[in-house]
Amino acid sequence: MSEQNKRWLLRKENIRTLWIIFIATLLMTVIAGFFVHQHESFGIEDSFGFFAWYGFVTCVGMVVFAKLLGIFLKRPENYYDTNSNIASNETEAHHD
Amino acid sequence: MTELFLPPGLLLVIGALLMPLGINIRNALIFSLPVLCLLMIWSAPVGYVVTLPFLGFELEPIRITTTGQLFATIFSLMALVGGIFAYKQASTLELSAAFVYAGSAIGVTLSGDLITLFIFWEIMAIGSTIVIWAANHEAAYRASIRYLLIHLFGGLLLMAGIAGHVIETGSIRFEALSLDSISQYLILAGFLINAGAPPLSAWIADAYPEASPSGTVFLSAFTTKTAVFTLLVAFPGTWLLIPIGIYMIFYGIIYALLENDMRRILAYSIVNQVGFMVTGIGLGTEMALNGAAAHAFAHIIYKALLLMSAGAVLYRTDKRRCTDLGGLFQTMPWTALLGIIGALAISSFPFTSGFVTKSMIAQSAADQHLAIVWFALAAASAGVFLHAGIKFPWFVFFQKDSGMRPPEAPRNMLLAMTVFAVLCIGLGVYPEPLYAILPFEVNYQAYTAAHLVAYFQLLLFAGLAFFVMLPMMKRTLTISLDFDWFYRKLLPLVDRISLKILQGLNTTTAMIAKTGWKRLQSTLRASSLSKYHLSESWPTGSMVLWIGIMLGGYLVMNAWF
Repeated sequence: MSEQNKRWLLRKENIRTLWIIFIATLLMTVIAGFFVHQHESFGIEDSFGFFAWYGFVTCVGMVVFAKLLGIFLKRPENYYDTNSNIASNETEAHHD
Repeated sequence: MTELFLPPGLLLVIGALLMPLGINIRNALIFSLPVLCLLMIWSAPVGYVVTLPFLGFELEPIRITTTGQLFATIFSLMALVGGIFAYKQASTLELSAAFVYAGSAIGVTLSGDLITLFIFWEIMAIGSTIVIWAANHEAAYRASIRYLLIHLFGGLLLMAGIAGHVIETGSIRFEALSLDSISQYLILAGFLINAGAPPLSAWIADAYPEASPSGTVFLSAFTTKTAVFTLLVAFPGTWLLIPIGIYMIFYGIIYALLENDMRRILAYSIVNQVGFMVTGIGLGTEMALNGAAAHAFAHIIYKALLLMSAGAVLYRTDKRRCTDLGGLFQTMPWTALLGIIGALAISSFPFTSGFVTKSMIAQSAADQHLAIVWFALAAASAGVFLHAGIKFPWFVFFQKDSGMRPPEAPRNMLLAMTVFAVLCIGLGVYPEPLYAILPFEVNYQAYTAAHLVAYFQLLLFAGLAFFVMLPMMKRTLTISLDFDWFYRKLLPLVDRISLKILQGLNTTTAMIAKTGWKRLQSTLRASSLSKYHLSESWPTGSMVLWIGIMLGGYLVMNAWF
């Protein structure tokens, strides 16, 4: 499919535009932080861009943690099916 | 004052049993029963009680409380809108079961005593199991049996707890319970199993996604939120619930991040969302309890909306995996848009329902100066956007072009989604009607400039993290191990191994006995006494003779002594 036939959202140049808008929005939220005063309970909420970096860092942390955990926890989709297949094969064998 | 002759929940249960009578009767019941039920719930004032003597106990099949009314209202609404979503595509079996399920959940929220509660609790387990059966395929049947076993186990704990509690206190009233003895802990455990608490959280992601497109919508609403209701009434301010809730929150996020099946992603996020509510109940202040109740209300709406949008995709494409989906916004734009509204609401984006409810829980953690809880909740709010808010719409509707061009969702499905999407935004912009029916008076203002800036920063940067980390989020054709490994893998393995061991033992014993017996026989035959060997070579006559002699001897002995 040529670039022209694709939906607006799938064209390369528009994706770049979307990224620019997104980053501009991010900057605006951080700048807006200068004009408001966060109610402080723990002494860090009103520091520069606290919620911005906290949101970003914790999310990256969660993705990395999930990825690492995935090494131990991930199994093929039919992991539990093979179990029952063996069982049913055995019962069939018993019938023979 | 109106008299209620029937628990409003029972109305739905009885009505559901009439549904198989005909398709027109069924459809009429789907639309009229929830409305009737709502009218009944709101016709009686708070504090209204109906009592019924039973086996020396004074049952209270109906007790109207503010919390009960709130949950019963959202359950009725869910039955109605779920009915609209399902009535053209779902089987009558599924719809009847769903209404039995909804009705019994409403029954729990309006029961004043533990016995009534338990009865409705168990009907709920049966109704929901049949909803899963109605999907009518092998995997669903297997999952439903695992689901049923977990819930029967939970019911067993609850039953034992209630029995102990009644013996100890002599009271069957369903009210705030103090954790004095093992009985109350058993009740707590029974409730927590239905909430999806650890270690048995796996049942939600195991069973719910196996149901039909509409079945999962019904399932997402009732069981876990009924558990939230019972915890809210019986164990507010129980410290133990805070770590359990926080665990559930992060369990949901991490497992959803690992998941490939779109409806399983949403199932994990049920655990995550219920975690917020459980934490709120554990915090136990009026604001936290209001937050938990309000969040349950808002959650049922946006979670159902998300699962409806996933259900519509499943109905049109027959595909569940993120790896098979993508680019569907092109031909299912409304489903995509409405799904995105649900995704924004679950992420508590400002001007959606999640924003005005969840923040009450975080605020009460701050008010109590519980730093760890507050920081965990803030991270989790960002994490919700990450695992459900972006991940679900991105992988299903955008991501890549899967090449599929399914038609837009059927009209009744779109209507149901629109109703809930309007509620998601409506409650977010104008939360006062919801605040008015919460258990306690609300002194909370969600829309402050500082709060808005905080949430926009938190969520948008979570979004940035998603797109930056996208290469690491590539979906794989995998499932993730969970506690259910113990009963799905280890138990069958133990079963097979012990069967082998027993079979081996059996053969060996039989062999030893056989050779031993043969050896004994040959020894006996070799001996000179072998001709007297039992009755082997004797005629029957001689045996009769000996019996005669023995009986005669007995007779003589009898006469003598």
